[in-house]
Amino acid sequence: MQPTGRPRPLPAGAMIAAGVLLAVPLIALAIVPVYAKDGPRLLGFPFFYWYQFMWVFLASAFTWAAYLVLRHARRDRTPR
Amino acid sequence: MSGLATLASGRGVNGVELGVVIFFFLLVTLGGFVAVRWRRAESMDSLDEWGLGGRGFGTVVTWFLLGGDLYTAYTFVAVPAAMFATGAVSGFFAVPYTIVVYPLIFIFMPRLWSVSHRHGWVTPADFVRGRYDSRGLALAVAITGIVATMPYIALQLVGIQAVLDTMGLGGSGNWFVRDLPLIIAFAALAAYTYSSGLRAPALIAFVKDTLIYLVIIVAIVYIGVKIGFGGMFDAAHAKTAKVKGATFIPNSSTYWAYGTLAFGSALALFMYPHSVTGVLAGRSRTVIRRNAAILPTYSLMLGMLALLGFAAVYKKTSVIGQDGKPNAQLVVPHFFDQVFPSWFAGVAFAAIAIGALVPAAIMSIAAANLFTRNVYREFLVRDASPKHEATVAKITSLVVKFGALVFVLGMDRQNAINLQLLGGVWILQTILSIVAGLYTRWLHRWALLVGWAVAMVYGTVVAYHQASPTTKHFGSSLALFPGTHTKVYVAVTALLVNIVVTVVLTVALRLLNAPAGTDATQPEDYYSDTPSAASPVDPQPAPTPAAPA
Repeated sequence: MQPTGRPRPLPAGAMIAAGVLLAVPLIALAIVPVYAKDGPRLLGFPFFYWYQFMWVFLASAFTWAAYLVLRHARRDRTPR
Repeated sequence: MSGLATLASGRGVNGVELGVVIFFFLLVTLGGFVAVRWRRAESMDSLDEWGLGGRGFGTVVTWFLLGGDLYTAYTFVAVPAAMFATGAVSGFFAVPYTIVVYPLIFIFMPRLWSVSHRHGWVTPADFVRGRYDSRGLALAVAITGIVATMPYIALQLVGIQAVLDTMGLGGSGNWFVRDLPLIIAFAALAAYTYSSGLRAPALIAFVKDTLIYLVIIVAIVYIGVKIGFGGMFDAAHAKTAKVKGATFIPNSSTYWAYGTLAFGSALALFMYPHSVTGVLAGRSRTVIRRNAAILPTYSLMLGMLALLGFAAVYKKTSVIGQDGKPNAQLVVPHFFDQVFPSWFAGVAFAAIAIGALVPAAIMSIAAANLFTRNVYREFLVRDASPKHEATVAKITSLVVKFGALVFVLGMDRQNAINLQLLGGVWILQTILSIVAGLYTRWLHRWALLVGWAVAMVYGTVVAYHQASPTTKHFGSSLALFPGTHTKVYVAVTALLVNIVVTVVLTVALRLLNAPAGTDATQPEDYYSDTPSAASPVDPQPAPTPAAPA
């Protein structure tokens, strides 16, 4: 059923790097007591709110970085 | 602002708002029927085409489809309503929830995509069937999916109702006149879903998301310029301090509630059949991973929508419905009605109404796929052809939507909300079979089935006993964690019960050498992908060079 080549797992280094990148946003939002605070405010937003809005962008960036790591690793291993 | 006076019950229909909504409704109905020609297939007579849109959606289409699918009209209505009524713990958790879901999707879903793509599987229960060689476990997963999805579809109708009520269409004493717009909207939805399958919501999602983003950006600019964020948060702080059980920012008694709601809901979200359908319709693993990185844009929008609940607190928006009773679900439509000119309020209402149609279509397709594959073909007609399957699925999608309509029109809205709450508790209990199964076959199929059953009963009973000021049962998705004074999300406690039972029974069954069945999958099935340099996977794969095993 597969179009090209025989699929192989990616190298462990790339998997670990991607895993760390994906774990960061999870940890950042799991530590509720750390960010459940009113101050410091930013543009009128309490810390609790702007911290989580900030992580919308950061989580997106970290996930994209993990995607790039895996894509890079896959390119290296693609049978040609 | 003429808001408060005109929002009193019994006012007439707002013609401008209604006209704008009807215009967009006709536009998407046309789109829904035309969608059958989009990415035209040779034949729509298979689940791959009708139920998964040909399995060929690229990054952009998938972004719109999954965005339209996961961020439903009910979310748009309920999250700000929760913020308005009780503040952050019951409302704003949706933001971390819809952030942490994407790293999880990034990790798990490509494996499910790969193994399903290789074996032609359409539903998560197909995977469980193949992986564990267990019709019973697959049936459990399928039934859980269908039962959890049904009230979710019903709640999309509640979203439309909130808009209709705000436009002045909810006040008639005659139930038929009152409910006619809803019946027409759902009949049109049912008709084009029947003919176009998953292509219809995928196409309509473009309209829905464009309108939603437009409305939110305008609303946020309005708040920033006219109200000011500091004033808005201060008004919300003052209100939540006065309401019992309300929170402005979680404190030591609600940290766990907030965290478990966010993580439990995230784990549950991609177990829902409609999420899996959206993911499996993607063209490749790369499409899924890219989308995991770009879908959080919708979470940004959801967070801003949540803040509208606070803005409504500042504006003292009325939530009195046409029936004269207060209903927090009306807060967002009423806020738009209060602060926007009629034509733009109409655009906002159209966004919510269309926002209900997209997920309702995908959910009914996902439920139909489950019924067809894992109940009908598995237990009733075992040699059903692809064409036969597609016909059964189409009819099932009609039945599912009709059932949701009857449910909403015939029963108290609170029932739909209770069942949706329970749906989240239930669907999370399939995660062991699906996600653990993507990595290991160590857990025994019988243990998984018993663990699932125990956790379903446990979660249901605990949720039943939660009282709130407005209802005696199913009053909250939070309950005390056994042996502590800390409230956590019921689904998470039930999942822990599920894990303990499953692991203990697995050890016992393995000691007894209970038959584990035959695994239909190979290890490389889980990471098979086309290299990004080569042509993308298409529905007709190129001939495979014989690979040595």
